[in-house]
Amino acid sequence: MFHDSPRPPCLPAPASVRAVQDSASTIESVSLGAAADIGLGSALKADGLHELYAAQGEDSASAIGFALLLAQLKCRAQNKPLIWVREERGIGQMGLPYGPGLLDLGLNPDSITLLMLPDAKAVLRAALDSVRAGAAAAVLIELVGRQSLLDLTATRRFVLAAAERGTMMLLARIRADPSPSAAHSRWQVAAAPSQALEVNAPGRPTFDLRLLRHRGGRDGLHLIVEWNRETGSFQQRADIAPLSRASSAVAGGGAGDAQRNRAA
Amino acid sequence: MRSGTAPPDAPFALIEKQRGAMRIAALSARAAAVGLEAGLPLADARGRLPELLAVPYDPQGDAELLDQLARACLRYTPSVAPDPPQGLMLDITGCAHLHGGEARMQRALIAQMKQQGLTTHAALADTPDAAHALARFGGNDVRTLPVAALETEEEARQALRRAGFRTIGDLADLPRAPLAARFGKALVELLDRLLARQDPHIVPRRRAERIMVERRFAEPIGRTDDVLEVIEALVEDAATKLAERGTGGRAFAVRLHRSDGHIMRLTVETGAPTRDPVLVIRLLRERIDSLADPLDPGFGYDSIDLAVPHAEDMTERQAALEPERETRVDIGPLLDRLAVRYGPEHVLRFRPGDSHIPERAGQLWAMASPVADTAWLHPEPGEPPLRPLTLFDPPQRIEVLAAVPDGPPRRFRWRNKDYLIARQEGPERIAPEWWRRRGGYEDNPGMSRDYYRVEEEGGHRFWLFRHGLYGRECATPDWYIHGIFA
Repeated sequence: MFHDSPRPPCLPAPASVRAVQDSASTIESVSLGAAADIGLGSALKADGLHELYAAQGEDSASAIGFALLLAQLKCRAQNKPLIWVREERGIGQMGLPYGPGLLDLGLNPDSITLLMLPDAKAVLRAALDSVRAGAAAAVLIELVGRQSLLDLTATRRFVLAAAERGTMMLLARIRADPSPSAAHSRWQVAAAPSQALEVNAPGRPTFDLRLLRHRGGRDGLHLIVEWNRETGSFQQRADIAPLSRASSAVAGGGAGDAQRNRAA
Repeated sequence: MRSGTAPPDAPFALIEKQRGAMRIAALSARAAAVGLEAGLPLADARGRLPELLAVPYDPQGDAELLDQLARACLRYTPSVAPDPPQGLMLDITGCAHLHGGEARMQRALIAQMKQQGLTTHAALADTPDAAHALARFGGNDVRTLPVAALETEEEARQALRRAGFRTIGDLADLPRAPLAARFGKALVELLDRLLARQDPHIVPRRRAERIMVERRFAEPIGRTDDVLEVIEALVEDAATKLAERGTGGRAFAVRLHRSDGHIMRLTVETGAPTRDPVLVIRLLRERIDSLADPLDPGFGYDSIDLAVPHAEDMTERQAALEPERETRVDIGPLLDRLAVRYGPEHVLRFRPGDSHIPERAGQLWAMASPVADTAWLHPEPGEPPLRPLTLFDPPQRIEVLAAVPDGPPRRFRWRNKDYLIARQEGPERIAPEWWRRRGGYEDNPGMSRDYYRVEEEGGHRFWLFRHGLYGRECATPDWYIHGIFA
């Protein structure tokens, strides 16, 4: 069974964010739940760049949802807004972000500003400006398809800007293969079957996460986490045994995963 | 009254049918001198003065004439009002000096009226009531006027006369309360207005002049950097003026006047009032960068001006004495900059909508649009998300296999992929908003939607709906996918 208690006991701070310094608005990392953090070696770097690849086209909502939730953990702790930058082009494929749906995930739609921009160049430029302005706690970039502009240089620029302003940067990629980047971590996100409610109704949002790359940490981690809106935290699903060993995940991933690691 | 066709010195009267007889409604000075008066039957008047000219009284014509005169008086002041039946009221506050003072203005007006064949009694006073009374009763001092100058009802006037009051002066210095008790409150008010103790004038709020700063050059300038430097100086000037007024600009408009007469306009708007030159300059740079054609100076710019067409109150905040450990950065300037660069319709906010139709319940609005007064509906604790993270607009058609036509879906096909449904919840029936539809209240109410939250075998969660109630609203309802859950 998954954790029924509101918060795993070893998690020190509310909203599962570790306040490291005395100032409440400075946080160093964002937690994915206690067990995941142990597996990860540390929690996610709060002022880093993290890439989230949707495993398949229909996992787009999961990738974006997971990114939004990570961003929200940071925004809550700092009480600063979130900027979400996306391309106008993908509307037909991806649909439009939906306010009540954000609310149902436990996000505050009023603290989110959505930029719908004509092309990838505009998206990257606006995102970089948003990070450099330092007004937002997190900046989420959503891009569909291959992006030639998003290379090592561009991501390095993001990493530097994010570290300087203490902003978390999340890069949600849909229908794209991993390409070289300077990101701190790279995840593959897919939807996972939820813990069914009564009368077999779909339950809480559940994510199947594969850590493809983690700078300065171990990779190959495979987690299934569930988002708990009431506690505002991720909880690892204990009923589905995740392959939390680094080696097994890589082995299980096969050639495709190996290739992805090389590409990184 | 206009003397018109009659010989100038012939006595005449205007007659009107009153109480079953033709009676005099008004009469000329000469006719009055003979002893005729208003209300006298025409037959009696003719008996006394056989040569009396009688003209039918035409109140409509009088009103038209008065209106025409009022328009003619617009040359003295913009606020002219007809004071029927025979008067005009001119508010000459702040206008007299244009005509060489009040007395000269009055003489000019009387002369103008005389040219039209009209006899005018004009009076100047501090309040419209006093001017009206002086014009009607003559004299220079309101206090010397008879109590009849108070335009009260006949009863009150008689009561005053019986009490021994003859002039306004008699009443002027009496205590107000007993006077009001005896003769009514209306009388005291009239008296106050007549004596200018109460000023019924409107006190207009002066509209602040628009801030406008300008630089002219001896030699036209052409380099963009020079232009920006000048604009910077202009913004600083404007900021000083804004600070003096305690306002901040919401819009800044720059005009670049080219020597060949072409005018280039650059306008930027901000989300909140500002007078920070750095911010405005940055927005203007952004605007110049986003121009389809770069700035073309041609032979150079003669002059550059900057106006603040829209300003709002802005209070200066004192910087804290002790610098904060971490300064909080406002998101406003960033969004302004992005709105200038990409257009305000690309910077969006989530806004709740007062509707149960999903696509209307949550919409994206441009940042600058007014805030909705409906609130978000917060989810029940413990419930899983009931609304998807992304919504397809319009919903996308899918093929669905269900056990029974009005039952839950079993499997569906979307984008050439089959999904077998493992878990589902529903239906959540959402009725159409017939009141929004043309003819919705009679034969065209629209179709209900039955929404299902489904999870397929792989774990993807979708929001599907059946459009129309089977057998009642349509024979073969279509299925659509409306959104994807996280």
